[in-house]
Amino acid sequence: MNFLDYIIPIFYALGMVSVFMTLCAYSVLAERKVCSLIQRRVGPNRAKIPIVGHIPILGKILTRLGIFHPAADGLKFLFKEEITPQHVRIGYYYLAPIVALAPALTTMVVLPFGRYIDVNGMVQPIALANIDVGILFILAVSSLGVYGIVLAGWASNSKYPFLGAIRSTAQMISYELAMGLSILPVFLWAASPGSDYGLSLFGVVQAQQGLWLIIWQPISALIFLVAIFAETNRLPFDMAESETDLVGGFHTEYGAFKFGMFFVAEYAHIIMGSALFVLLFLGGWHFLPGVADPWPDGLFGILCSTSWFLLKIFFMIFFFIWMRWSMPRFRYDHVMHLGWKILLPLAVANFVFYIFLIAFIDNLTY
Amino acid sequence: MAKTKVLERKPLTFSEKTYIPQIASGLAATFVNMFKKSVTLEYPEVRPVIPENYRGVPTLVKDPKGRVKCVSCQLCEFVCPPKAIRIKPSEIVDEESDRAHIEKEPAAFDINMLRCIYCGLCQEVCPEEAIFLQDSFSLSGYTREEMVFGKEKLLKLGGTLPDNHFKWDKKKSAEENTEKDH
Repeated sequence: MNFLDYIIPIFYALGMVSVFMTLCAYSVLAERKVCSLIQRRVGPNRAKIPIVGHIPILGKILTRLGIFHPAADGLKFLFKEEITPQHVRIGYYYLAPIVALAPALTTMVVLPFGRYIDVNGMVQPIALANIDVGILFILAVSSLGVYGIVLAGWASNSKYPFLGAIRSTAQMISYELAMGLSILPVFLWAASPGSDYGLSLFGVVQAQQGLWLIIWQPISALIFLVAIFAETNRLPFDMAESETDLVGGFHTEYGAFKFGMFFVAEYAHIIMGSALFVLLFLGGWHFLPGVADPWPDGLFGILCSTSWFLLKIFFMIFFFIWMRWSMPRFRYDHVMHLGWKILLPLAVANFVFYIFLIAFIDNLTY
Repeated sequence: MAKTKVLERKPLTFSEKTYIPQIASGLAATFVNMFKKSVTLEYPEVRPVIPENYRGVPTLVKDPKGRVKCVSCQLCEFVCPPKAIRIKPSEIVDEESDRAHIEKEPAAFDINMLRCIYCGLCQEVCPEEAIFLQDSFSLSGYTREEMVFGKEKLLKLGGTLPDNHFKWDKKKSAEENTEKDH
């Protein structure tokens, strides 16, 4: 193995991180803009950077769209005074934002976001690491994100963050179960007998060349979507934050850059959740239900598949935001009720139903 | 005692229990809103329409001939509830011909805007229609001294308002007529 083989993956990884962080920053902007549209306001439209912002017409349009706001937001977080309240447990207090952000960024390693045709004419996924147990890795690592919230709540040594952390933990446990059960049928469906894909996300996408799985398994998709909303702590399930009753929830005692890290982590989770939903149920980079893969070979095909995948992710991010500004927050006990008494039995029933259905179909075909 | 009417609360139907139709209609409502015109008034560039009888910052006005209307009668000073107005009266200094029949003018006219409560009593009491609360509503300054508006500033804020009477012109011509008669 020569020197270059070590260097190139580092550049790939850096590229992916920068794209991902940009997406995070601009989904914050999208949140503010979509919110303002829904509430019939104008939204962020003032921030301007010197040279680009002063190009005659383009600069004005970009400014009105708020394109420069993420930079301003980021700089604000960076240059604000770092305040550490006296009553916190210092080590854990500083650890929490890192623990919140790291898993969210780690999961993107196994995310296949496009496809290319290799020299043998085989379709291969574009991912930093195409591992066979992609979904297990994502589920395992992304759930670690809740430790950031728990640590933040506990280390803050104050009652509101503590309550937020407790709620978040309870919510995580209840929805993780339903989520896991809801995607089992998906992998049963994708990994037909004789296929060698196993639990890889690429296999699921390849199994959706016909109709997408949201059409074959609408109940799984619904449960997964609800669980994703709960896992990412988004409205209507943002129990951890619920600013009306818990001030700011787990990040009440955090300010400046540490708060910024929590903020980015939340949006990273949203993007990961959207990507996962697109991969599992919306056919990944496949064009339309029934029209599998019209992209040409070569570089252009790679670009097409990747951008189509990104487009679907954008739609899902928009859906997350759209949902947030349409729904009121659930009451805490309602969240628990929904998770344990409705989604979990439904997921089990759905799982059993698809076991029988898939066994039946397999018996027909073999 | 009024009779209480107990409304029967219907049990939720199955579709309502799933939340899904309600969520869908909620999403539709917000989606439709996204394409409606924004109701934001982008403030510093676009100013709100101020109604005619708005009570903004008190100002001194001039008549269309450019004369200061105030005759420093001090009624506003006396009526002002928070004692924000201070007037120093003086005789007309320069004996211009068109001001000859006005008896007095203010040498200094200060309104302490930190005391003013925008009640509009000064406007109501003014016999000369010289002080008006106009449409200016946002004022700020860096020091307390800056917030005491002097005569020049008040006149600048006030500008010129139309005058229906030209009281002093009438008085002048009346006096001239009587002089002629005698």
